[in-house]
Amino acid sequence: MSLLKLALRNLLGARLRTWLNVIVLSFAFVAIIGLQGVYEGMNRQAMQAEIDAEYGGGQFWHPEYNPYDPLTLQQAHGSPPEKLQAMIDNGLATPILILQGTAYPQGRFYPVLLKGIDPNQKILTMPSFVLKNHEAELPALIGERMADSLKLKVGDTVTLRWRDVNGTFDAREASIVHVMRTTVQAIDQGQIWLPLPRLQQLTGMNKEATLVVLDKDVKNIPENTGWVFKDQKTLLRDIQELVKTKTVGSSILYIILMLLAMLAIFDTQVLSIWRRRKEIGTLMALGMTRWSVVKLFTLEGALHGILATLVGAIYGLPLLTLFARKGWGMPEAVDSYGFAIGERIYPIYSGGLILGTALLVLIVTTLVSFLPTRRIAKMKPTEALRGRFQ
Amino acid sequence: MENNRLILTQKLTKIYSMGQHQLYALKEVDLSFGPGEFAGLVGPSGSGKTTFLNIVGSLDIPSKGKVEVLGRQIETLSHKQAAELRKRHIGFIFQTFNLLPVYTVFENVEFPLILLGVPASERRQRVMEALEWVKLADRANSRPSQLSGGECQRVAIARAIVKKPALILADEPTANLDAQNSHNILQIMVRLNQELGTTFIFATHDEKVIGYLKRKITLVDGKVTKDEIFSSPPVMEGHHESP
Repeated sequence: MSLLKLALRNLLGARLRTWLNVIVLSFAFVAIIGLQGVYEGMNRQAMQAEIDAEYGGGQFWHPEYNPYDPLTLQQAHGSPPEKLQAMIDNGLATPILILQGTAYPQGRFYPVLLKGIDPNQKILTMPSFVLKNHEAELPALIGERMADSLKLKVGDTVTLRWRDVNGTFDAREASIVHVMRTTVQAIDQGQIWLPLPRLQQLTGMNKEATLVVLDKDVKNIPENTGWVFKDQKTLLRDIQELVKTKTVGSSILYIILMLLAMLAIFDTQVLSIWRRRKEIGTLMALGMTRWSVVKLFTLEGALHGILATLVGAIYGLPLLTLFARKGWGMPEAVDSYGFAIGERIYPIYSGGLILGTALLVLIVTTLVSFLPTRRIAKMKPTEALRGRFQ
Repeated sequence: MENNRLILTQKLTKIYSMGQHQLYALKEVDLSFGPGEFAGLVGPSGSGKTTFLNIVGSLDIPSKGKVEVLGRQIETLSHKQAAELRKRHIGFIFQTFNLLPVYTVFENVEFPLILLGVPASERRQRVMEALEWVKLADRANSRPSQLSGGECQRVAIARAIVKKPALILADEPTANLDAQNSHNILQIMVRLNQELGTTFIFATHDEKVIGYLKRKITLVDGKVTKDEIFSSPPVMEGHHESP
């Protein structure tokens, strides 16, 4: 019988005390995996939504285009290079023309980005087809957030003003033909989508675009086009930074949960050593060295972690699987969270997350179990046998 | 071991510091014990009986003097060496039995053999043999909480004897037992002493135990005041029946 078997026997012998600790620890274990899974699911969903609605398989930008500097927009347009035009013609890419403009809803002044998109495009998931063959002179598509900001609804008209290719101001009445519901704020807030050919015609920027979005399935990225290629990874950098920031927030909860569980283990160990000091003396009298007793007690504590993993698996697996399938309903308030969150979040539990959490719980439990046992190493067998601490 | 000697103490002194005061638990004790002895240290509380057993049992170290147990100098042993000596050669019997509460009787008796690395099949045989000696084979699967005080002490004896040590140190083994149980376990120990040749050293002030001793060492204030050897202990002349 090894030290492990002895530790397990002692642990199971403690019955209710052991199981209470194991249950508390398993709650923390399942909650950590559950929460991390929700975060992982949210991040993946957010990134996928951005890819589907905005980034596609990457973008080619006009050399003058800088999304963080609106002043560059006046110059950031041109005919797409031949290689990109060929991709557009083959349905593997779609051009977007972006202009700085102003909307005047009910006499108010509102700076907007006017974006021209091909109504026939199938690269991005936004409903650009609503701009096709519409009776209105200038049909416009906006998102729910934008509609809310401008107090506009389908059928309303709004005056739009922009500078044409020569820098001359021009304006038209645009009709709102559709208000789209999207989780991606980047295609909604502050943006008005117009049919690309019409916008090109009104601005005198015939067959010109600011950027070209590639299809997600495009594998061969054309080289030496003269436009700047931004791959998915680069485009998603901002959102990934945001995810990292959110992850710090989730880590705090993670740490609190771990601390609570570890406090329970630490408390149990301290109590166990105090209560079993006579037993410790007996073990030494029977021939165990102090460090063997330390190892035994540490092992007992560490076994809490293993039992918690097993117990957690019993109820955690079906519970987390259920959440992964049904998803978590999100309150509307999270719409202002900073990135695309759907109405339901479907948690993703990777093997790495589960194994990593199990390993972390085990290591931290072992460490926390060890800390109080160092006291045993200083115990005199005679004092322990009398039930005393030095 | 000179002259087949098991224990030798020379000017054994143990001092406990009590703040600024020093308490002499043992003062220059010179004693020697040979194999097969059935000896007892008697005296009032605080006379140094338990301290002597603790030092001889390598649970403690002397402040001054020399202690030789089975050829090893106790004062020079490391913690590991002292644990090894206890594990292989010394059995302990305590006043409060000190059984491991979550183990069964069998597992409690088996424990010293596990520490010695005895194979499982041999362990089982030796544990059952030890339980036969103390007449508890039928309680092998019971837990200590299910046993009487007398039975617990018999388990403790079985645990001490199972590894067949050269020396068993018993600290007030009958203090928590009634008269009948006290005589029962003492008769078991006498039999083990006779059949296995194990040396027993008691620390006691119980007259029942004293009646069984072949050698009585009286300690007063940490000093040996009398060392008597009996050719035939008075109680062994047939006053008490076996259990």
